[in-house]
Amino acid sequence: MSGLQEHLPILQILVPLFGAILTAFTRRGITAWAIAAIASGIAPFISAGLLIRVLETGQPISYVMGSWAAPWGIEYRVDVLNAYVLLIISLIGLISIPYARKSVATEIDSHKQPWFYTMYLLCLAGLLGIVITGDAFNAFVFLEISSLATYTLIALGRNRRALLSAYQYLIMGTIGATFYIIGVGLLYVVTGTLNFADLATKLGPAMATHNKPILAAMAFMTVGISLKLALFPLHVWLPNAYAYAPSFATAFLAGTATKAAIYLLARIYFSVFAVVVPLKELPVSEVIIALSLAAMFLASITAIFEQNAKRMLAYSSVAQIGYITLGLALANKMGVAGGLVHMFNHAIMKTALFFALGAMAYRTGLGQMSSLAGIGRKMPITTAAFVVAGLGLIGVPGTAGFISKWYLAIGAINHGWTWLVFMIVLSSLLAVIYIGRFVEIAYFREPAPEIANAHEPPASMLAPLVILAAATIYLGFDTRLTGGTAQSIANYLLGGAP
Amino acid sequence: MTTSLIIPPAVILIAAGLAIPFLRGALRTTLLLAAPIIALLLIWQIPDGVQLSTSWLGYELQIVRGDKLARLFATVFAIMAFGGGLFSLNQSNSLELGAAYVYAGGALGVTFAGDLISVFVFWEVMAVASTFVVWSGGRAANGAGLRYAAIHMLGGVLLMAGITAEILSTGSAAFQVMDTSTPARWLILAGFLINAGAPPLSAWLPDAYPAASWSGTVFLSAFTTKTAVYVLMRGFPGAEILIFVGLYMVFYGIVYAILENDMRRILAYSIVNQVGFMVTGIGIGSEMALNGAAAHAFTHIIYKALLLMSAGSVLLMTGRSKCTDLGGLFRTMPFTMVMGVIGALAISAFPLTSGFISKSMISQGAADAHLAIVWFLLAAASAGVFLHAGIKFPWFVFFQKDSGLRPPEPPWNMRAGMLLMAAFCIGLGVAPGPLYEILPYPVDYVPYTASHVVFQLQLLLFSGLAFFVMLGMLKRTRTITLDFDWLYRRPGKWIMLRLNQFSEKFWDGLTGGVSETFSSLDASLRRYHGPKGVFGRTWPTGQMAFWTTVMLGTYVLLGLIWM
Repeated sequence: MSGLQEHLPILQILVPLFGAILTAFTRRGITAWAIAAIASGIAPFISAGLLIRVLETGQPISYVMGSWAAPWGIEYRVDVLNAYVLLIISLIGLISIPYARKSVATEIDSHKQPWFYTMYLLCLAGLLGIVITGDAFNAFVFLEISSLATYTLIALGRNRRALLSAYQYLIMGTIGATFYIIGVGLLYVVTGTLNFADLATKLGPAMATHNKPILAAMAFMTVGISLKLALFPLHVWLPNAYAYAPSFATAFLAGTATKAAIYLLARIYFSVFAVVVPLKELPVSEVIIALSLAAMFLASITAIFEQNAKRMLAYSSVAQIGYITLGLALANKMGVAGGLVHMFNHAIMKTALFFALGAMAYRTGLGQMSSLAGIGRKMPITTAAFVVAGLGLIGVPGTAGFISKWYLAIGAINHGWTWLVFMIVLSSLLAVIYIGRFVEIAYFREPAPEIANAHEPPASMLAPLVILAAATIYLGFDTRLTGGTAQSIANYLLGGAP
Repeated sequence: MTTSLIIPPAVILIAAGLAIPFLRGALRTTLLLAAPIIALLLIWQIPDGVQLSTSWLGYELQIVRGDKLARLFATVFAIMAFGGGLFSLNQSNSLELGAAYVYAGGALGVTFAGDLISVFVFWEVMAVASTFVVWSGGRAANGAGLRYAAIHMLGGVLLMAGITAEILSTGSAAFQVMDTSTPARWLILAGFLINAGAPPLSAWLPDAYPAASWSGTVFLSAFTTKTAVYVLMRGFPGAEILIFVGLYMVFYGIVYAILENDMRRILAYSIVNQVGFMVTGIGIGSEMALNGAAAHAFTHIIYKALLLMSAGSVLLMTGRSKCTDLGGLFRTMPFTMVMGVIGALAISAFPLTSGFISKSMISQGAADAHLAIVWFLLAAASAGVFLHAGIKFPWFVFFQKDSGLRPPEPPWNMRAGMLLMAAFCIGLGVAPGPLYEILPYPVDYVPYTASHVVFQLQLLLFSGLAFFVMLGMLKRTRTITLDFDWLYRRPGKWIMLRLNQFSEKFWDGLTGGVSETFSSLDASLRRYHGPKGVFGRTWPTGQMAFWTTVMLGTYVLLGLIWM
């Protein structure tokens, strides 16, 4: 048993990867789903095991691939930060998989379903890989694996525009990945290493002689990753990609894909660049704060005017990512903890919201806000879960979103910027409007004839939704998992003990 | 020793509220009546001091902290929940009753909360639950409910910002007396005052409350404004600004209630007016004034509920609520009429009613503090209260012309609810001892002295006389204010009206959709953020790539400058 535990880091990747290969050989959707379910079911236990071990020992777990010692070989290096993000991603995978069966069965042609699950598992493996690896180039490889799988997932959407959206995302995603690898290349030229931990030690001496390439690398990597995480104004690919992808893919990606990219940004800044350049001295953090604020306001206002429900939530995602990057850019303990807490909470809430819309689409085939008039009376549990998750997004006390905003507000005050607290709470008011609009349409309008036959979705779709809504409330009270872990991560990243 | 046995009374009502929508028939009735009684018993089991606490994010949350003031407010909230539940037994909309009980539970939660975070959490529970109570008023209430929610969200934002900053600066979450020395405390004060119906946002109250159903308004009248009074009393006793805020509210309520035609809107304005008395008392801040404000909150909840119950009965039985459509109902609804008159006498502070023994304490507080102008204004306002609520409401609804309506009396439970409240109004008026006993400070005040009684009777009789002399003009309610200048001096009135116009404009701008400013803002936002706007449309791929390059250029440039 201890031998197995030794290999947990690589199993985290291998389980979904082998699952993907197996599903590629199946011909029936149900078999492929079963394999995906097993793989997704195992992944969170591995993540949880890693997180517990890291928290207990306080030491990062290093796993050397093929016995090639780092920095020559590829090293998987798990500290509190990646273990936490691994848990977010694999938990969303676990909770999504029961939902997938019915949703995918109606939205994807039956001969394509095995491929759909293959892509899903590849995407999961890629995202987990980005997070677990300690090697900059290996991260690029996993970034490409997950991205290519994502493009395929999006392109499988029923709407014809799905193809165009996937294509746009492909172009932008490739630009982003290219920028990232250019940055990695520049760093490799000046330091001769690709290992994050090794980079951190060698960058200091290199900085003295080659500061221009290093700053250029920083710019390339920042922009490249900003594209992947959809930081304003590089978010424009996201609304269409989310809106036209199959319901299941949207919900899964909204909870995970951007989180992995945010992780990568946090990793290169806090674990690599921060060692040589004090982040607070760089103008980058101010730029990111400004862009985050722009995202919080401009994207939220756009969400208010959006007619397509999924696009509305997609714009809201752009705004919520703004809160996360804002917290990280504050670069103090509570701010970083706030960003990390919101990563978890946003994954939970946004997945729940997209689940609810997916369930409505499952029963009605509709996605425009106005066409869902009166849906609250036909699908009361689904709509109520939507409202709960929506309250979380607003940051109503007693929900997870409140905890995030609380940390962020304290981070802003500790930064000495009290006005930022106002911006945080003010932008929450915009969420009141766009969620309120949906509530008004769903509850107060007469049901349209098209939705006359709508009723609650099957239990396999309803249960994950209700669990996530309940988690939104639960995480508003019990903050040990989110707040507690996030604080120790923030301590660790900012140079304290984990 | 008995800490483990403490059950927060809030939990009982909130749990009952969550269960009620799923129950029918006798079970629902039992729960509606039993929950407030159990809560009341629990309230009186809570000894002084922190009884139940937990820690959250490193702060101590005092979920239950008992003292005299908390028990006083909690008692009247529980009585109110019981009376309201009894009155509403025949309300078929279980969602409304459930929301109302959660709302009442939130109010109990605020009362016993010993720290700012718990206050805030229960505060928001109330905001959400009460919004559902407003919405249960039917389709016509949708807009009012949304505006109500928006205002309370705004209040919540102010409060949260203030509480966050306060906790950070003091390092403790405890809810104790605060001065108004820091911006954080101003924010907290503003958040509290929004719920009290203070200017410039008083208009949410008469906008939302009359939109609720015949039973919903009864619940709404009690909790939101009075919890605000409670937290002001806890947090800001003696804050001078509250005197001015309170006096403004007193006259705002009177002016608008006299101009108003809808009976429930009259009573809603009169809530602002009455809460104004309490806020003024808190601003004066002496023990006498605070006792008076607390006692007045207690009696006000009961007689305002009684008034709104009788108005609700009329609305339910006739379907009308405009004074001009009503009249002469005393013929077939004598019981409701008597109940309405008792409520009207109590709100006018007639001797032998509960209003008399509480309101006079606030005036006494002003007198003791040698605030002559405040005392005169309060006395003038008392006459104004008699005009708008004491005579105008019962006269136009139950007497006046014969509207030809012959509605029967409401069902037994509604009459029982009114009877209970009326019994409190008279009982407390005749024997104020038990109420004085539970006030936060020792009472050495005797309400029934000859001079008090004679003064109040003179005031009431003269304003009553004025009412009937002016009756002809009162019917065309628009003209009335021109003839009542003598009540408050002309310039004062002019300022009041201007201020009111200002606050109305502010309100219009805020609730928008109709007002010009809002729609032009809406249009320009839509130009950029709508589906066709630059932020909302799908960009060509080239444009995306262009912006990516711009971002790269920016970072590189910044890097160069930084070096």
